[in-house]
Amino acid sequence: MKKLLLSLLALMPMGVFAEGLDGANTSWILTSTALVLFMTLPGLALFYGGLVRSKNILSVLMQCFAIAGIVSILWLVAGYSIAFADGNAYFGSLSKFMLAGVTEGSLSGDIPESLFALFQMTFAIITPALIVGGFAERMRFSAVLLFSAIWLIVVYAPITHWVWGGGWLGEMGLLDFAGGTVVHVTAGVAALVAAIVIGPRNGFPQKPMPPHNMTMTITGAAMLWVGWFGFNGGSALAANGDAAMAMLVTHISAAAGAITWMFYEWVKFGKPTALGAVTGLIAGLGTITPASGFVGPAGGLVIGIVAGVVCFNAVILIKQKWKIDDSLDVFPVHGVGGIIGTLMAAVFASDQIGMFSGQGLAEGMTIMSQLEVQAIGVVSTFVYTAIATYIILKVVDMMVGLRVSAEEEQQGLDIISHEERGYDL
Amino acid sequence: MKFVTAILRPHKLDDVREALSEVGVSGITVTEVKGFGRQKGHTELYRGAEYQVDFLPKIKLEVAISAAQLESVIDAISSVASSGKVGDGKIFVSNLEKVVRIRTGETDQDAL
Repeated sequence: MKKLLLSLLALMPMGVFAEGLDGANTSWILTSTALVLFMTLPGLALFYGGLVRSKNILSVLMQCFAIAGIVSILWLVAGYSIAFADGNAYFGSLSKFMLAGVTEGSLSGDIPESLFALFQMTFAIITPALIVGGFAERMRFSAVLLFSAIWLIVVYAPITHWVWGGGWLGEMGLLDFAGGTVVHVTAGVAALVAAIVIGPRNGFPQKPMPPHNMTMTITGAAMLWVGWFGFNGGSALAANGDAAMAMLVTHISAAAGAITWMFYEWVKFGKPTALGAVTGLIAGLGTITPASGFVGPAGGLVIGIVAGVVCFNAVILIKQKWKIDDSLDVFPVHGVGGIIGTLMAAVFASDQIGMFSGQGLAEGMTIMSQLEVQAIGVVSTFVYTAIATYIILKVVDMMVGLRVSAEEEQQGLDIISHEERGYDL
Repeated sequence: MKFVTAILRPHKLDDVREALSEVGVSGITVTEVKGFGRQKGHTELYRGAEYQVDFLPKIKLEVAISAAQLESVIDAISSVASSGKVGDGKIFVSNLEKVVRIRTGETDQDAL
């Protein structure tokens, strides 16, 4: 038997294993990449799709699919290079234009660079897809595409460079394990700005616009929960204790967010709703994201509970008090979650807080000094995203017009934009 | 001949169907409908936003019978469909001029 194994090993083409490549790590990131793409398609698409009215279901699914396609191509052309090629503190370079130099043998750490670029591509896909929730049910399809494409290059890729690509926030020691600032603050703020610039849906807030298919929404949310294991667990870029702990705290925070929101709503409004539970789930997931590689299980529990309470109140504040029609509540759930998660990472990463301890702060950092770095990360990401998003929207408005007419909005985007219907019952 | 239309609580339908069979009704037509009466609507809650839903789901039951059956049919429906609370529904009775069984061409009393 042993002989047989040895002779089999001798037959294997050893040349395909590049020097320094770690097979275990590579296989986990290959898996994670699939999980993160699964978050957008179909997870997020279904989550959002169920929340809109039945006349707009197809437009939301279509926007998620089209964004996935366009972002993938742009990531190949320049996005990856701007984010991850050597450059200055604010911007990579175009030295990896068209993924130049990314060959079968090239490595990023101990995994293939092709894999790293692909893993990061799935993050680049979900971020503009998240923004769809802010302008859902009223934006012209051509404007969605143009906005998403420009936004990826002008906002997402540079901020990714700031945090993960060797830029100034990473150098400063910002703790953002899987994208609290890079993904959730940017998407949340962009959705908020888009909702304000494009204006509320006709009839908001007097006319009820309830979700048309809660079953679809819950299906999508459940897929997001599973996919998030790859999002946070994969961000360790290795199959190790970091990845396992990130996955554990992600799961705990998700559970805590869902249950907290459910009980909070039960007490406040008299009924535990399914939509409340899944929204709390997403809040818990988004909030743990920046902290996931740095905190311990008990810290994850606290983060999830805080996410449920704070994001719940943020939804009420923004939609009902301020009357901003961020239609699918992207900012209060993802933006606010990303902000408080990034800040809480400073606290629960510390190894000085007993059972709530995390993996420990960097040498010489205290909770307060780390909190300062985290705040700089949040504020700079927030401000840059808000200003750039506003300008991009104005430019797109001049080029193709942001919004469909009132009559077209009444008819629904499925027929108006795509000449199709989501349902023929 | 009489044509009876009843608006019912959806979960009472099975009981009503059985009660009608017992008094000799041999066919009914049922439609899922929405509407409101004294019960008004109800509220729905989505992420803390309460919506007033004006129209409630009800069952519309239609049955064609002979005039002699009328009182027993009304009794049968109202005895099992009643819960004593607002929202139990209503029974409408109208005169029926003509009935034709399509398969045989039989008319009126023979076609019921």
